[in-house]
Amino acid sequence: MGQTDLKRTPLYDQHVANGAKMVDFAGYAMPVQYGDGIIAEHLHTRASASVFDVSHMGQAVLRGPDADAVLESVTCADLSTLKPGRIRYSLLMNENGGIIDDLMITRLQDGSLSLVLNASRKYIDMQMIAAACVGKDAAIKLLEDAALIALQGPRAGAILEPLLPHCADMAFMDALPTVFEGDAVLVSRCGYTGEDGFEVSVPAAKAAALTKAILANEEAGLAGLGARDSLRLECGLCLYGHDIDETTTPVEAGLTFAIGKRRKMARDFPGAQRVMRQLEDGCDRMRVGLMIEGRRPAREGAAILSPDGTKVGAVTSGSYSPTLERPIAMGYVAREYSQDGLALQVDLRGKAVPAQVAPMPVVPQRYRRRSAMIAEQQKAGGQ
Amino acid sequence: MRKFSKSHEWVEVAGDVATIGITDYAQKALGDVVFVELPAAGKSLSQGDEAAVVESVKAASEVYAPVSGSVTEANSALEDAPDTVNAGAESDGWFFKLTLSDPSQLDALMDGDAYAAYVAELDD
Repeated sequence: MGQTDLKRTPLYDQHVANGAKMVDFAGYAMPVQYGDGIIAEHLHTRASASVFDVSHMGQAVLRGPDADAVLESVTCADLSTLKPGRIRYSLLMNENGGIIDDLMITRLQDGSLSLVLNASRKYIDMQMIAAACVGKDAAIKLLEDAALIALQGPRAGAILEPLLPHCADMAFMDALPTVFEGDAVLVSRCGYTGEDGFEVSVPAAKAAALTKAILANEEAGLAGLGARDSLRLECGLCLYGHDIDETTTPVEAGLTFAIGKRRKMARDFPGAQRVMRQLEDGCDRMRVGLMIEGRRPAREGAAILSPDGTKVGAVTSGSYSPTLERPIAMGYVAREYSQDGLALQVDLRGKAVPAQVAPMPVVPQRYRRRSAMIAEQQKAGGQ
Repeated sequence: MRKFSKSHEWVEVAGDVATIGITDYAQKALGDVVFVELPAAGKSLSQGDEAAVVESVKAASEVYAPVSGSVTEANSALEDAPDTVNAGAESDGWFFKLTLSDPSQLDALMDGDAYAAYVAELDD
């Protein structure tokens, strides 16, 4: 299939044995779907739980007394409030306020920082962070021998608990170092589907064993990158290189929650000048969700039109929503066209099709937040 | 008589009417079909023209006219149930019918055995 020059994850043989359709994603041979197809995999994830191989993503550790200072110099994160065992979503940024990558930062028990980077950006990110380490007492290392296995869906906790004890007690954005069959693993309660779920960083040699152990539970299925994409789109999550890139700012992308309060006050993150001006005065374009009428999906690049047919933006991600059984999209529009409920149109192969600006996420996220867990415990205790 | 094109359309000929669809190999490659755009009755198509569009969750693909002719009917069932293409690409999931304008074009298309050999080679 001409895929001999593609890199393989530790689960490659398992994917092929499970009937996956393999495609090139960021230089890796990755499963886009298995035999049941994207819609079935998507719906199974929302109803039960699915395993996703995300080992192509970059896993790195930043260590040293200056680790926090180094990472803050290239991101908008406030790491002074990131406690051991907690995870934060952040953005690597350029001096113009553009987004170089979005990433997850975990504070490990020893104080060092574990990073998860997009596959398509990991070498660029590594170069940037390594450059920031120069002259500082910090060093970054890419973990070349680790796999990353995600289990996503409402049954994820119940499925994983017998294999990785205490993971069911974790809250959304908690990280727990634990052991699987004698090897150290790092469990993170987060993901990219809008569902409750976990990502497990596991030594490459144990990746297949962990996946098999999960799949031994009949509630767990397999899902590929196709379902991962439609799941994240429904939940309003950005895909780097499509919905965000070096030309989009956190304000335009609706990601200002990722900017630490302290960093905003100090205006000391990369691109702060432009980003803070946009925060105070507004920006020219905004990322919005769209509900498209009819059945035809809007694809990346499709023009978004005002009611009178003037181009006011473009779609950056679009697909069929298996949950809503209709086409949905996200894209950027001129600010005056960004309010929820506004009637717009999308140019689908020369035909102007009605579309409505929709609040994101169009399918609710169902994370297992700490606050909800505490409320549940109090309720149970009071009875 | 059923013939196949290199771009994965099938043509079933009865008299001078041809029924056209995409092959089972094509529907498997596309994955879940969520939308089909069909040609209107009366449309005149030349061999190789873009005749229809089929969209899966992931992407849109063109369907080409494997033979020339005038469209007589489109399979309107696909508008409400595009997944019929997955369930029966070479039966209920047909796309459109046309009146052949040059039946000799059929000679250059593959028969079932030749098409099976062709797709086996693609998968190598």
